[in-house]
Amino acid sequence: MNYQFDFEALLPYWQSFLQGAVTTIEMTVVAVAVGLVIGVLCAIARRSAYLWLRLAVGIYIEIVRNTPFIVQIFFIFFGLSSIGLTMPVFFASVFAMVINVGAYTAEIVRAGMEAVHPGQIEAAEALGLSRFQIYRDIILMPSIERVYPALTSQFILMMLSTSITSQISAEDLTGVANNIQSYTFRSFETYIVIAAIYLVITYLLRFGFHAIALAIFPRRRKLGTPL
Amino acid sequence: MTDGFTINHLVYLLHGLVWTVVLSALAFALGGVAGFFVMLARTSTMRWLRRLSLVYVQIIQGTPLLILMFVIYFGLGVIGIELPPLMAAGVGMMIYSSAYLGEIWRGCVESVPRTQFEAAECLALTRWQVLVDVILPQAMRIATPPTVGFMVQLVKNTSLASVVGFVELTRAAQVINNSLFQPFLIFGIAAAFYFCVCYPLSVWSRSLERKLNVGRR
Repeated sequence: MNYQFDFEALLPYWQSFLQGAVTTIEMTVVAVAVGLVIGVLCAIARRSAYLWLRLAVGIYIEIVRNTPFIVQIFFIFFGLSSIGLTMPVFFASVFAMVINVGAYTAEIVRAGMEAVHPGQIEAAEALGLSRFQIYRDIILMPSIERVYPALTSQFILMMLSTSITSQISAEDLTGVANNIQSYTFRSFETYIVIAAIYLVITYLLRFGFHAIALAIFPRRRKLGTPL
Repeated sequence: MTDGFTINHLVYLLHGLVWTVVLSALAFALGGVAGFFVMLARTSTMRWLRRLSLVYVQIIQGTPLLILMFVIYFGLGVIGIELPPLMAAGVGMMIYSSAYLGEIWRGCVESVPRTQFEAAECLALTRWQVLVDVILPQAMRIATPPTVGFMVQLVKNTSLASVVGFVELTRAAQVINNSLFQPFLIFGIAAAFYFCVCYPLSVWSRSLERKLNVGRR
């Protein structure tokens, strides 16, 4: 083995790397924010009194959770363009991510909701809380608090999955790397560098999620769940 | 809508599905063996080994599988090893699954009550005997549902082997779509195939979980 590593060839491209990393983070933040809302709504719909609504949401969740993300992206991106609906790659990627993250979030939040003791809901009803108040204060917030670690690791997995959007030529970190390695012919080094950048983003996100948890879950210590 | 899509295309997709299953099985078998060693290292009494394996797990879990595939694909070429695509994809999937399975199994081993370790030590069993005769039989019961659940992830993630040119289901669908351009139909069929493999595993994992929790309700 006589391979000469040459990371210097990549130095002129540092701004592209940075731009790619920013795009990856942007995609993740938008997809997670929208996906969280959709996921919570789906989790509530799973407890609905209407059978058709429970079934429809259940089918959505099972289909998304049992097919690969890359196939979902191809289905959405190429499928929509085949019926004349062309959209920017960034938008298509985020759209696919929202659908994906929504289903996983719904399943995680539902598990948290099932762990809420029925007695607590009855107690809240006895105290005269409205339906909305019960959902917000008794069911939703405590269950999100309980499943927060599972949620955040799912979101981090989603961030890592943004790399797949490079396959529809999104300009995320991996997409940028694909371009750079074709200019420099330094493919091995390029992918090692972006692996390191992904690692940094992973830790940044973990830190960010921890900070958010400290801000919004003041009672966390009593539950004894690590954040 | 279906003109142009013939039975030959469907057979081609089915071939892709077979390779997806083969790659998944390979990844699970190899990754399981490697994951067992990761688990041993993560629960080792030697601190440097625990640290080292933690770094390994953190790196694999903190970078996308897609990038791991690229690094192996280009990296092996660089050091002059020519592997057939199946082996290259298999190595990538093995490394990936070893980190996740090792971490899942570590959790299961650590969830066996501490007193079981201590009691076994009091009986003067060797460390290996403690592990094989006392801890693993208990940990395996706990480990089955999450392991089956991870197999779903594994099957889905074999789709990423398509980027290094291995013709499995996703790649086969791409190839057909490039000539026919009927993405809804072709990727819909591919998704249905994946669903047929993954959904039974999901259901199995869930029922195993329910059985395991029966005593605790």
